[in-house]
Amino acid sequence: MLGILRQRAIDGGLAASTLRKTRFALVSARSYAAGAKEMTVRDALNSAIDEEMSADPKVFVMGEEVGQYQGAYKITKGLLEKYGPERVYDTPITEAGFTGIGVGAAYAGLKPVVEFMTFNFSMQAIDHIINSAAKSNYMSAGQINVPIVFRGPNGAAAGVGAQHSQCYAAWYASVPGLKVLAPYSAEDARGLLKAAIRDPDPVVFLENELLYGESFPISEEALDSSFCLPIGKAKIEREGKDVTIVTFSKMVGFALKAAEKLAEEGISAEVINLRSIRPLDRATINASVRKTSRLVTVEEGFPQHGVCAEICASVVEESFSYLDAPVERIAGADVPMPYAANLERLALPQIEDIVRASKRACYRSK
Amino acid sequence: MATAFAPTKLTATVPLHGSQENRLLLPIRLAPPSSSFLGSTRSLTVNSLRRLNHSNATRRSPVVAVQEVVKEKQSANNSLLITKEEGLELYEDMILGRSFEDMCAQMYYRGKMFGFVHLYNGQEAVSTGFIKLLTKSDSVVSTYRDHVHALSKGVSARAVMSELFGKVTGCCRGQGGSMHMFSKEHNMLGGFAFIGEGIPVATGAAFSSKYRREVLKQDCEDVTVAFFGDGTCNNGQFYECLNMAALYKLPIIFVVENNLWAIGMSHLRATSDPEIWKKGPAFGMPGVHVDGMDVLKVREVAKEAVTRARRGEGPTLVECETYRFRGHSLADPDELRDAAEKAKYAARDPIAALKKYLIENKLVKEAELKSIEKKIDELVEEAVEFADASPQPGRSQLLENVFADPKGFGIGPDGRYRCEDPKFTEGTAQV
Repeated sequence: MLGILRQRAIDGGLAASTLRKTRFALVSARSYAAGAKEMTVRDALNSAIDEEMSADPKVFVMGEEVGQYQGAYKITKGLLEKYGPERVYDTPITEAGFTGIGVGAAYAGLKPVVEFMTFNFSMQAIDHIINSAAKSNYMSAGQINVPIVFRGPNGAAAGVGAQHSQCYAAWYASVPGLKVLAPYSAEDARGLLKAAIRDPDPVVFLENELLYGESFPISEEALDSSFCLPIGKAKIEREGKDVTIVTFSKMVGFALKAAEKLAEEGISAEVINLRSIRPLDRATINASVRKTSRLVTVEEGFPQHGVCAEICASVVEESFSYLDAPVERIAGADVPMPYAANLERLALPQIEDIVRASKRACYRSK
Repeated sequence: MATAFAPTKLTATVPLHGSQENRLLLPIRLAPPSSSFLGSTRSLTVNSLRRLNHSNATRRSPVVAVQEVVKEKQSANNSLLITKEEGLELYEDMILGRSFEDMCAQMYYRGKMFGFVHLYNGQEAVSTGFIKLLTKSDSVVSTYRDHVHALSKGVSARAVMSELFGKVTGCCRGQGGSMHMFSKEHNMLGGFAFIGEGIPVATGAAFSSKYRREVLKQDCEDVTVAFFGDGTCNNGQFYECLNMAALYKLPIIFVVENNLWAIGMSHLRATSDPEIWKKGPAFGMPGVHVDGMDVLKVREVAKEAVTRARRGEGPTLVECETYRFRGHSLADPDELRDAAEKAKYAARDPIAALKKYLIENKLVKEAELKSIEKKIDELVEEAVEFADASPQPGRSQLLENVFADPKGFGIGPDGRYRCEDPKFTEGTAQV
């Protein structure tokens, strides 16, 4: 599935891997834990951007605080020192302006990686993401493609309030012409970001602030500089036979923990990490539901017209006769995110909610 | 308003480099206010008129209104501004723009064209004046009023007409329409329906010129010209881009086609300070005001602005005072504009003005101009016939070109499309 070509010599491949080892040693002392290697999502993203920038001089980074400040969340750490100010641009606070500039540069053949400090700020630039980037290849009948990546943290963080906590997966995934990716682990982050930067179309890359510091085991294959994950393919994180739990981003971690709790009670849950919201991997989801006959979908965003709604509709349309229980949908509360810590916890799906919904789907509880 | 600031503060140096510097430091003398700049007098109060007059007289600024420069140049050298060939080229381009737009109106009323159609009649001097100085690799970004920009840039009349008819032989195979004229070959980067949307895109194209030159070390002197209207100058994106273009010294020219009306909203009712060219120096670039009904004046300013940009000295803001003879679009009844104002501008028709200049200066004979007009008429008619005869797009074209990569599943590490990998399973929507 991954199609990795480890032996392939690419431009600077050897140099990149030497550099990588040196940099990892400096940046993350935990990278070389005894036995399996681990990497934080932050380092994974940083290494992905670094490698793509060194492989292709047309790739450049722009956004607020990406240069001298080393990145608002330190994702672009070290890039300014390495590539200089002509390839790492600290922009003024003008989302509409710099996003449009990125799109215009992509029209002319460059490959910008535009960072939004959070995707909430992308609302100020959404005209350019949708009207000038997503629709251009279609409107120009294939003459002008837009190889741009819009990335940044999406969804709820901790106690940041209503205007900094919205999840934009459903908004962007409803637009034809955009690709929308949502990584979970470090391997996802590396592979998907590299695929996104190489992709000839506009990609919205939704990260999660709370995942940045989390460490995940990472294979040698994933550390190779030509490693790429396919866009539009979901990953089955855990196999099971009783209920399918479909989710993306931070909720994958919650779903995996819920699956362990369910296993103690004798329910074997299959956890699917979507990775790609558009195109949605309906084949994998439906194949899994046909195997288990039960579906639970989880997301952090608002429930109405959300990603889960689309998954449920897809499953009901395509695998109706295989379902043994109504489809279950868990989403964030239908309110702007409150500030108080206990209210925030109530507004977001928790592990207990996933366990409860799965049991309900298995008719083990009310 | 300017009078809120001491005049000397405005001259606080906007550093202007280049050999033309001394010319640009001459004190400004705008044309007297009775000239059309102030537009419909109905919406102008006496007070604001007085304030504008006062500011004109006392302000000194490092930019200069080009009418004066052109007149000085002419009287100084007593030579002509253009050669015969250039004159014929400009005339032909403007006649093409005018005939094409008139034909669009006819076709619309006959039902062959549909949707939104925004015509450019009256503003031809701006398009011709700027675009005829550009090379094929320079870029142009426009708004929904983009037919004539596309034609001036080199897109064939056939391709534009077919696009308007929604036929597969159009420049965007019928998928873009009137407001979305794209041509990669001619570097016409659209055609944007949202006002202000094209400005950051143009700034990005200029950014890529600079990037290619400085980072990729390619030989790139391309400039970008962004056309937009007076209404756009109240939009936030305009200011964001003025800031960044000046900050990064991008090779871009911001051309304001100030035709005084944004659909039915008069520029004077919508803008606190209607003199748009003044907003350039506030961001550190020269702001120039030019008579947009005179193609020769526009061309002189354009030459300077384009040369500045190619030399790497950064952006310029050019405000062209112009007028659209028709309504905002073919669906606009155009009731709010004063008949007297329309008549005043009709008398300043740029095509008639150029014709007069060419004949009075004995550059061409009338017969040559007539033959150009005939040639263009035939060209436009032929374009209509071609468009009529072309087929509509096939059904399969509906789902094509959403993504550059055929099915949207990305590119594998070996550089080929993933969907071509035999082990790949796709599973997304089929229609």
